[in-house]
This record gives sequence, C-alpha cells and structure tokens, in this order.
Amino acid sequence: MERIPILRMGQFLLVTIQVDMRDQLALQLQEDLTEQISRLEAKGVLIDISALELVDSFIGRMIANISAMARMLDAETVLVGMRPAVAITLVELGLSLPGVHTALDVERGMARLRTHILDADTHDADHEG
Amino acid sequence: MPITKADSLPIRGEPDIVMARQGVRKLTQEIGFGIVDQTKMVTAASELARNALVYGRGGEMRWEIHVEGARTGLRLHFIDQGPGIPDLKQAMTDGWTSGTGMGLGLSGAKRLVNEFAIETAEGKGTRVSVTRWK
Repeated sequence: MERIPILRMGQFLLVTIQVDMRDQLALQLQEDLTEQISRLEAKGVLIDISALELVDSFIGRMIANISAMARMLDAETVLVGMRPAVAITLVELGLSLPGVHTALDVERGMARLRTHILDADTHDADHEG
Repeated sequence: MPITKADSLPIRGEPDIVMARQGVRKLTQEIGFGIVDQTKMVTAASELARNALVYGRGGEMRWEIHVEGARTGLRLHFIDQGPGIPDLKQAMTDGWTSGTGMGLGLSGAKRLVNEFAIETAEGKGTRVSVTRWK
C-alpha cells in the first residue's frame, strides 16, 4: 500500500507531503504518525505542505487531528510551508486550524520545535529544583 | 449563454475525488484563473465530489466552460442519485454534519464560488451546481 514516508531526526519526526492525497492516504498518515510518536518517544512533529496545491476540509481535519493526537502523546506539531492561496481558501472554507502551530518554512519550524522542547526541559528542571 | 466546452467525470470511488480535483485544476488554468481563484474552485470541487461520493453514494461531475460577453466561467454540476437531503437548511449550516466530515462541505464550498445552486429530492438524489467567473 502507498504510504507517506516519515523521517526521524533526533527527537523529531519530519513528514513532507508531496502528493495529491487520497482520503485513505491521509488517514494512514494519521495512524502511522501517532504510532511512531509513541514508539520513538518523539517530542516534535514537523509537517511540510509546501508542495500541496490544495488543503480541503478532509486534509485540514487530518492535520488538526494529528496535532491534537500528538499533543496527547506529549509531542508538539508544527505545520510549515502553507502556500498563500491555500491559506486564503482554508479560511474562506471555514477552517482556520485553531491549535495548530505554523511556521513559514522548515527551518523556522525546526527552530520553533527546538525552542518548545528547551522550554519544556527548563520547566521540568525548575519544578524538580 | 453559450457553452464552449463540456464533458463529465465519474465519481465512483475515492481516487475519482483526486481526478476531479486535477481535472478542475486543468480547466481553471485553461481559462486563465489566477492562483487564488484556481485554488478556491479546486477546493470547492473536492468538497462537492466527496459529498457526492459519501452521502450520494457516487455519481458524476459535469463541467461546462461558459462564455458570457467578455467573461468566461467554469460551471460544475455534481449529480448523484443518492437519498437526497431531507433538511436542506440544516445541511447548509456551518458545522452541521450527518457523517464523518466537519460539516463544512456545502456551506464552505458555497463561500468559495460566485454562484451556487442546489436541487435535492428525498429518494431521488442531489444536484449541486457551482460557477466561478474569471
């Protein structure tokens, strides 16, 4: 079966969506990602959608779900690379993805994830000290 | 209102939603829509094709290129022979869903196009027509 590859980079998981996804493929990604977050104890997930020419309500819901599920597994999700036309269309469609963190590109997204984990570590240290 | 070109695509399974998106993308490019207008029309098509499949148990997408004076537009009809929509007002409400979606399909698609029409009859099916002009 066709699958979207998930790359591991230290504590982070990296997903680049490059195909026009069928609904089934989107659901499979949701399942694969949550499984890998748990198994690899990942602290962050970066989803790059810069190649996507369209995000409809189904794909939007999948992204919102991944973000919520990751949060419950103690991982932060950052969505990067959304095209301006996609952002305009999503908001008009009525889907503004509340609770989903975004960054303009992969580099900024990684920086955001690193800061988040650093903050979390500092809090833990404060708490213990 | 002359139609200069028309055809149809079947909507029988999930891959057909992707085919509908790609077909509409090509048509909007042919007409010369800008990137935002292209994206809006393709997204509307994706929502309506999925509705026809999930709620209407499949059907077809008919497309027509209309030329009206100086303007050109793309009209899409999503036609199914499914159960129809018993409460259209409710179905057009944001957030209302009878299935697995977010309930943005119909109301969301309407916001992405210039013209929107829907005909539905219980037990006979649904026909949603949308148009976007250049």
